[in-house]
Amino acid sequence: MPAVQETVEQVRSIDVDQYKYGFFTDIESEKAAKGLTEETVRFISAKKDEPEWMLEWRLEAFRRWQTMREPDWARVNYPPIDYQELYYYAAPKKKDGPKSIDDIDPEILATYEKLGIPLRERDALLGIESGASRVAVDAVFDSVSVATTFKEELAKAGVIFMPISEAIREYPELVKKYLGSVVPVTDNFFATLNSAVFSDGSFVYVPKGVRCPMELSTYFRINERNTGQFERTLIIADEGAYVSYLEGCTAPMRDENQLHAAVVELVALADAEIKYSTVQNWYPGDSQGKGGIYNFVTKRGDCRGDRSKISWTQVETGSAITWKYPSCILRGDESRGEFYSIAISNGYQQVDSGTKMIHLGKNTTSRIISKGIAAGHSDNTYRGLVSAHRKATGARNFTNCDSLLIGDKCGAHTVPYIESKNSSAQFEHEATTSKISEDQLFYCQQRGLDPEEATALIVNGFVKDVLQQLPMEFAVEAQKLISVSLEGSVG
Amino acid sequence: MAMLEIDNLHAKIEGEEGREILKGLTLSVNPGEVHAIMGPNGSGKSTLSYILAGKEDYEVTDGSVTFEGEDLLEMEIDERAAKGLFLAFQYPIEVPGVATMTFLRSALNAQRKKRGEEEISTPDFLRLIRERAGGLGISQDMLKRGVNVGFSGGEKKRAEILQMAVLQPKLCILDETDSGLDIDALKVVSEGVNALRSPDRAMIVITHYQRLLNHIVPDVVHVMNKGRIVRSGGKELALELEANGYAEYQQDAA
Ligand SMILES: Nc1ncnc2c1ncn2[C@@H]1O[C@H](COP(=O)(O)OP(=O)(O)OP(=O)(O)O)[C@@H](O)[C@H]1O
Ligand SMILES: [Mg+2]
Repeated sequence: MPAVQETVEQVRSIDVDQYKYGFFTDIESEKAAKGLTEETVRFISAKKDEPEWMLEWRLEAFRRWQTMREPDWARVNYPPIDYQELYYYAAPKKKDGPKSIDDIDPEILATYEKLGIPLRERDALLGIESGASRVAVDAVFDSVSVATTFKEELAKAGVIFMPISEAIREYPELVKKYLGSVVPVTDNFFATLNSAVFSDGSFVYVPKGVRCPMELSTYFRINERNTGQFERTLIIADEGAYVSYLEGCTAPMRDENQLHAAVVELVALADAEIKYSTVQNWYPGDSQGKGGIYNFVTKRGDCRGDRSKISWTQVETGSAITWKYPSCILRGDESRGEFYSIAISNGYQQVDSGTKMIHLGKNTTSRIISKGIAAGHSDNTYRGLVSAHRKATGARNFTNCDSLLIGDKCGAHTVPYIESKNSSAQFEHEATTSKISEDQLFYCQQRGLDPEEATALIVNGFVKDVLQQLPMEFAVEAQKLISVSLEGSVG
Repeated sequence: MAMLEIDNLHAKIEGEEGREILKGLTLSVNPGEVHAIMGPNGSGKSTLSYILAGKEDYEVTDGSVTFEGEDLLEMEIDERAAKGLFLAFQYPIEVPGVATMTFLRSALNAQRKKRGEEEISTPDFLRLIRERAGGLGISQDMLKRGVNVGFSGGEKKRAEILQMAVLQPKLCILDETDSGLDIDALKVVSEGVNALRSPDRAMIVITHYQRLLNHIVPDVVHVMNKGRIVRSGGKELALELEANGYAEYQQDAA
C-alpha cells in the first residue's frame, strides 16, 4: 500500500479521542437558568457586581442581538444552534470570589496543573531559579477568572493585568473608553451575543513608555456541559508601550457541541506594539465528527496611533468548527499589521479562518503568512481581506498562503479579497497548494524516519516561518501540539 | 556469507497491468566490495535500487533478497535504513523548511533509536557533521538551508554523499551520483566515497561513465540489460563498454 494511502488509513482510524486535555473536573458549579433572556443578562451583570452603565451596555447589545441573523457565508456546516438550550453562565461554586490563590478550589488548581499551567506564583517563582522564563497567567474556568499571577510585580511596572470583571469595577474609566471601541457592540452576530453575555476574560493596560516586564498569558478552560463560553479580552498599549500576550484554550471531551464566542480587542496607541499569540486547542470532536467546540471568535486590533504595530500569531489545532479572522485596522500613519497563522484540521474539523488588513493611514504596511494543513476528512479555508482606503497612500501588503493536504479526503481553499481605492497601494499575493508527496515520504523513510516522524518533519518544515514568530517557550509547545493533532498520521 | 544476496528477482510495476521491469536478476555482494552496475537507459538500474530500499511502487513477483541473512523484502523502508542500507538518489528530493542539519540529526537519531542506541549528543553531532561537510566542500550555509531546496544539481549529489558519510551505512547504493558533477566536484565526491570504503562496508555504484570508475575503482563490474545482469567482470569491463557500447548485449537479449 503506498505510504500516503496508508497515512490516509491511519488518519481515518485516528482517535481524536487521544485528545489529552479531554478530562472533566467534577466540581460543583453555579449556573444561570438555561436560555437567554433579558433576565440572563441581568443575572450575569448582578453576579459580577457591575455598575449600571455596564448593565445598560449589555442590555443594548442583547436587544440588538435579537434582531440579528447568524452569518452563513463561511465555508462551514453545522446544524442550527438552539440558543435557548445553552447555559450562559457557570461558575465554580464558592461563597465569595477567590481572594488569593490559596482560596481557589484545589480541584481547579489540580486541573490547571494537569494542563501544565502553574498558577501558584510560588511554583512559578521556583521556575525562575531554574532558569525558566516567567509568564504571568490569568486562568479563566468556564465563566470566571480563577487566578491571576504576578499581579503585584506587574503593578510595580504600572501594568494592569486582571480579570475584566474586576477592571470594570476598578478601572471603569479605562474600560468605558476602550470597550467596544474596536469591535463595536453591533459588529456581528457572535460579537453582539458576546457583548450581552460575556462573563470574564482578561484586561491589560500598559502605560506610556512601559515595556511589559514579562509575557502575559491567559488560559481558558471550558468545563461545564452545555455551557457557552463568552470571554472578552481587552488590551491597551499606551504610547510607546510594548506587550506580548498569549492565550491557550482547552476543553473536556463531550459528545455534544459546545459554543465558544469570544471577543478580543487590542488598541495600540502611537509607537506602541502588541504581540498577540494564540494556541487554540479546544476539543475537536471524536473520529466520527461527534462533539467538539464551535469556535466563533471576533478578534480585532486597532493600530490607532502612528507607527504602532499589532501582530497576531495563531496556532489553531482544536475545535470542531473554527470561524475566526484576527484583523488589524491600520489607522495610524506608518502603522503595521501582521498575521501569522498555522491552522491544522484533521478528522471532521472545519476551519474557516484568515484575517483582514484594513489600511486607512499613510504608508501603512501589513504582512500575512498563512499555513493551512488539512488531513482526514477535514476542510480548511483561508479567507482574507486586504483593503486600502482612499487616503491610504503608500499602503503595502504581502500575503503568502500555503496549503498542505495529507490524504485525498480533505479540502483546502483560499479565498482572498483585495480592495484598493488608492492607486499607490501595492498588494502582493502568493498562494500554493501542495500535498505531502510519496516521494518526500519515501526519501525521509529511506533515511530512517518512520512514516509518522517523516510526516511530522515535513509539516514542521512547512510551518517553520510561522513557528518562528511564537515566543520561544511556546514554539516548542506548538511544535508538539502539531504532532499530536496529526496523530494517526504523525507520531 | 554475502552481505546482500539477490536471487532470481522478478518485479513489476504495481497494479493490474504493471509491466515487468526486473526479469530474474541475481547478484551477490560481500562486505568490503565495490560493485559497479552499468547498462542502457531504462534497463532497470534505478528500479533495482528502489526495490532494495523498499519503494512501494513495485511488486516483487518472484525471487528473494537477503541482507545479512535476513529477508530484506519483509522489512519496512525505515527498518532497512536502520539496518544500514543507504540509497543516494539519482534525483534527490526537496524537503522545504527542514534544514539539512535538522534533517540529518532527526534521521541519525531515528536510526539509532531503532537500533536501541542512545541519541547522539549535540556536540558530537556538530563535530561529526562539520568534519564530514568540510571534506565534501559543503558550507555551513548549505547545512542551514532546506533539504535540497535551491541546491544546484551538483550540490544535491554532494549533499547525498554527506548524508551517507554522516549516517555511516553498511551498504551504500549510489544511483548515478556522478551525473551533473563537474570535473572538480567529481573528484571531491569520489574522494568522499573512497574515504568510506572499509572492509565491513559494501557499495553498489550505478553509473553510465567509466570516468567515475577511475576514481572509485570497483572490484566487480556488471552489465545490466532488460532487467537482468547479462555479464560480470573486472574493472576492465567498464573500459570495454566505454569503447563498444551496449549494442552487443541488446542484440543478445533480442
Ligand atoms: N513507477 C514507474 N511507473 C512506470 N514505469 C516505470 C516506473 N519505474 C520505472 N519504470 C520504467 O521501468 C523501466 C526501467 O526504469 P529505470 O529507471 O529503472 O531505468 P534505469 O536503468 O535506471 O535508466 P536510466 O539509466 O535512464 O536511469 C523504464 O522503462 C521506466 O520507464
Ligand atoms: Mg536510473
